[in-house]
Amino acid sequence: MTRQEPPFEPAPPRATPADHATRVSRRGLFKGAGAAAVSAALLGARETLAREAAVADEVRTQGPGLVPITLRVNGEERKVQVEPRTTLLSALRLRLDLTGAKPVCERSQCGACTVWLDGQTVYACSVLAVEAEGREVTTVEGLGTPSDMHPVQAAFCAEDALQCGFCTPGMVMACAFAVKQHGKDLTEDQARAAVAGNLCRCGTHPHVLRAALRAAKGE
Amino acid sequence: MARRVTYTTGLVGSDERVAQHPQARREITVDVHDDDATPWGVDAKLRVVGTDVPRVDGPAKATGAAKYTYDIQPQGLCFAGLVTSPHAHAEVQAVDVAAALKIPGVLVARAAGGRQVTFPGSIVAVVCAESEEALDDGLRAVVVTYDVKPPAVTVEDAMADGAAQVDRRAPNVPPEDDPRATMRRGDAQGAWDAAEVKVEGTWRTAIQTHSCLEPHGVVVQVMPDGHATIWASTQATSGFAAGPAMSRALGVPAAKIRVLTEHMGGGFGSKFGALEWDVLAAELARETRRPVRMLLSRRLEHLLGGNRPDSIQQMELGGTKDGRFTVLRGDVLGTAGNAAGGAGSNNVMVYGLPNVAMRQRTVRTHTARAAAFRAPRHPQGAFALEGVIDRFAHAAGLDPLEVRKRNDDHPIRRIQWDLAAERIGWAEARGRGGQRKDGPWRFGVGCAAARWSNAGRGAWRVDLKVHADGHVAVMSGVQDIGTGTRTLMAVLVAEELGIGVDRVDVRVGDTDYPPGPGSGGSTTSPSIGPAAREAALHAREGVAAKLAEAWDVPVADIGWKDGHYEAGGRTASFEEAARLVGTGGLAVSGTRRPNYEGPYGETAGVQMAEVAVDVETGVVRVKRVVAVHDAGRLVDTLTARSQVNGGVLQGISFALHEERRLDRAQGDMVNPTFDTYRILGLADTPQIDVLLTSVVSGFNNAGIMGLGEPATVPTAAAVAGAVYDAIGVQVTELPMTPARVLAALEGA
Ligand code: FES
Ligand code: FES
Repeated sequence: MTRQEPPFEPAPPRATPADHATRVSRRGLFKGAGAAAVSAALLGARETLAREAAVADEVRTQGPGLVPITLRVNGEERKVQVEPRTTLLSALRLRLDLTGAKPVCERSQCGACTVWLDGQTVYACSVLAVEAEGREVTTVEGLGTPSDMHPVQAAFCAEDALQCGFCTPGMVMACAFAVKQHGKDLTEDQARAAVAGNLCRCGTHPHVLRAALRAAKGE
Repeated sequence: MARRVTYTTGLVGSDERVAQHPQARREITVDVHDDDATPWGVDAKLRVVGTDVPRVDGPAKATGAAKYTYDIQPQGLCFAGLVTSPHAHAEVQAVDVAAALKIPGVLVARAAGGRQVTFPGSIVAVVCAESEEALDDGLRAVVVTYDVKPPAVTVEDAMADGAAQVDRRAPNVPPEDDPRATMRRGDAQGAWDAAEVKVEGTWRTAIQTHSCLEPHGVVVQVMPDGHATIWASTQATSGFAAGPAMSRALGVPAAKIRVLTEHMGGGFGSKFGALEWDVLAAELARETRRPVRMLLSRRLEHLLGGNRPDSIQQMELGGTKDGRFTVLRGDVLGTAGNAAGGAGSNNVMVYGLPNVAMRQRTVRTHTARAAAFRAPRHPQGAFALEGVIDRFAHAAGLDPLEVRKRNDDHPIRRIQWDLAAERIGWAEARGRGGQRKDGPWRFGVGCAAARWSNAGRGAWRVDLKVHADGHVAVMSGVQDIGTGTRTLMAVLVAEELGIGVDRVDVRVGDTDYPPGPGSGGSTTSPSIGPAAREAALHAREGVAAKLAEAWDVPVADIGWKDGHYEAGGRTASFEEAARLVGTGGLAVSGTRRPNYEGPYGETAGVQMAEVAVDVETGVVRVKRVVAVHDAGRLVDTLTARSQVNGGVLQGISFALHEERRLDRAQGDMVNPTFDTYRILGLADTPQIDVLLTSVVSGFNNAGIMGLGEPATVPTAAAVAGAVYDAIGVQVTELPMTPARVLAALEGA
């Protein structure tokens, strides 16, 4: 007989705390995650904790439970309530109904959730919503719309760099970043590197490369 | 009710090639239903069909506006998830949900599935919560007690003496003399005894998971008025909720259930029908009176979402000294998990083989069931067949390409062999066991063939509505799973009406429209395309009738030429004439007629691969693939190239990377993540030259066939042949990992 033990304690009941801060502290994060094992392991590192506590006192603790935060998404301020453990991806999709970025692996392995944070590509599944507070978030919806597409989006359509399309928003964000970085000079190797972290099961890869280069050249 | 039509089928264009290969064209006479459109022959002057047309739903997909099942979030959405067994073989003793139910936000936690666990991933409990976070906590809080038993995890384990029996009613493997297991043609024993050249060997392939980026699942909502809507990530909206299970779970008759699949994130054969978790989601939606989302986690997608069975293929090929095959014998084993069938290999279809004896048996194991996967049985069959042919060519001292050509009488593929060989520079590119090298790298090329028969079927209907502004809406329940079905229908309608593709709005993936075919067997295009074309013809005729009234001429006098109506010197485009339909519009439909007897019922394909092999590390890099395919008449060459790219890249991934690994003792999958189960990425993507041969098949009014599956059939085989050419020894097991390449080199 074996018993499947729950690997973690269930999270404590969550309440909405009265106070919150614009920056999350790592201590608050661990509390919010309800990860007793993780916290316990860290207790040994008293000094680190003490230092962090000092920082945390300055920035105040967030969570557990829902905390109100303000996200700047595609140029607009949006107020949402999230748990400290809620990912940016989940906040964008479930709180703001911005469903372009896709959850596929939720472990930084596929790139389907790629958005820009302060103009840099990140995996939104691996950034906490509270970490994004006060920073500029750009999603695929913010890049362009069907009637007014960004050059990279238009190039994806022209080159058929999409099949089922589930990887496409992430691919578009990664390519648009490369085009922004390198402009007309974007090389094939740079384009390959830019989307090397994005998986596609349908096999759009050759067309994605062509689309990135086409958009860079402004064709 | 029918009229006789005589027209020319076969290869479009390329008159020079046809002169060398007269079999590539054939005049046929068919009986065409009076309501159907006259078939387009090879000489038809078409404006849009056969050109590069950007996918009509591209802008929605590229901007994130496209809504997939995973993106459907009705007000009050709840989240459901599964607790599954980590054991392959066990009995559930107790499921304790008390702690889970105490978690705020958890609405339901209860046992589900049966007590007998026969594979890891078996469902033992289900949880439904108001937030993703509460669901996570709830799933972790369920405590399950198991009585664990020894499992049979692999084919070898399941066939060993004293192995645990997977299904009480049947042995793990059928007996060797099971008559259903063996396929015979001619006199295999006699031919083997008489063969001048004989080769043999064993080829193995690993289990490949579908790895669709959007997982399996549904969002289910029961409306207060007693209707229910299911958004499903499925390859077949028709039938998804038609069975009694969904009705019972929802407490709603089938007529009140609507299934929607507007966009779908990959299926590849794995997403047919409502599965266990879909029905659970429906029960939960009814229980909670809230919309419920149930989508598999990535781990469960790998475990439960389906897979291509593995294979162990013992093969013997005999023939004459001048390279003609006379006999193929084989013994094939493979596992489709705890299911009775589905494993095996398809390797007797392409080349002429007068004598065959092929035994194929599926072995039951304590693993989750397989599912149809893009050309089921074919890529693994091609790997072994083309492998034994390469060995035959070597033994006979002949060029592997020449041997294939001598045994292939498909009129289109005979042309394709030459096209591919010219493009890749076969004669110069051959490495012949390491003669072409650079440092530790050895270079070589290989080739393999594909075939598919996919003329389509069904009596599907497509509805079409003409609006006074000259736009038309086209409606069918068929789903577009990324293959370009919407675009194909739009192109055919635009062609028939002489309007731009942007004037055609195709609405699919909704069971409120007439039922459409499921997306499987590469039959979607030929099954629905001809109905769309016929619907457009009826629209053209309906508008002609209005025009006849307006022009005051008999309708029979209205001609259609170069995309315009004309009568007595007057002309009008469809768009101009459409004004006459008024505010009510004009509604018509088209029907998919039975197939004619076309001569080109088998599509053909040839692929050649060039590889570099590092003989020090065993790393294989595919440098280039040339893929030549037909798909009957090509409707949109841009999306067709995408299909071929996809087939080739999945094939390379199958050849080099993909392997489901199981814990030999427990049976659980040890690599259910994308960093441990590798699928090919952009860094490994070679140059792919897609050469399309358009062939009027003669089976329907547009001459179209399908392309999804054949494009992935020969790739792994061609890559393996190229590795053989580069290093002079065969790697006979997929994936060809560095370790296996080095082992082959050491054994040489
Ligand atoms: S979902 Fe974020 S990287 Fe895969
Ligand atoms: S287009 Fe389907 S996963 Fe990339």
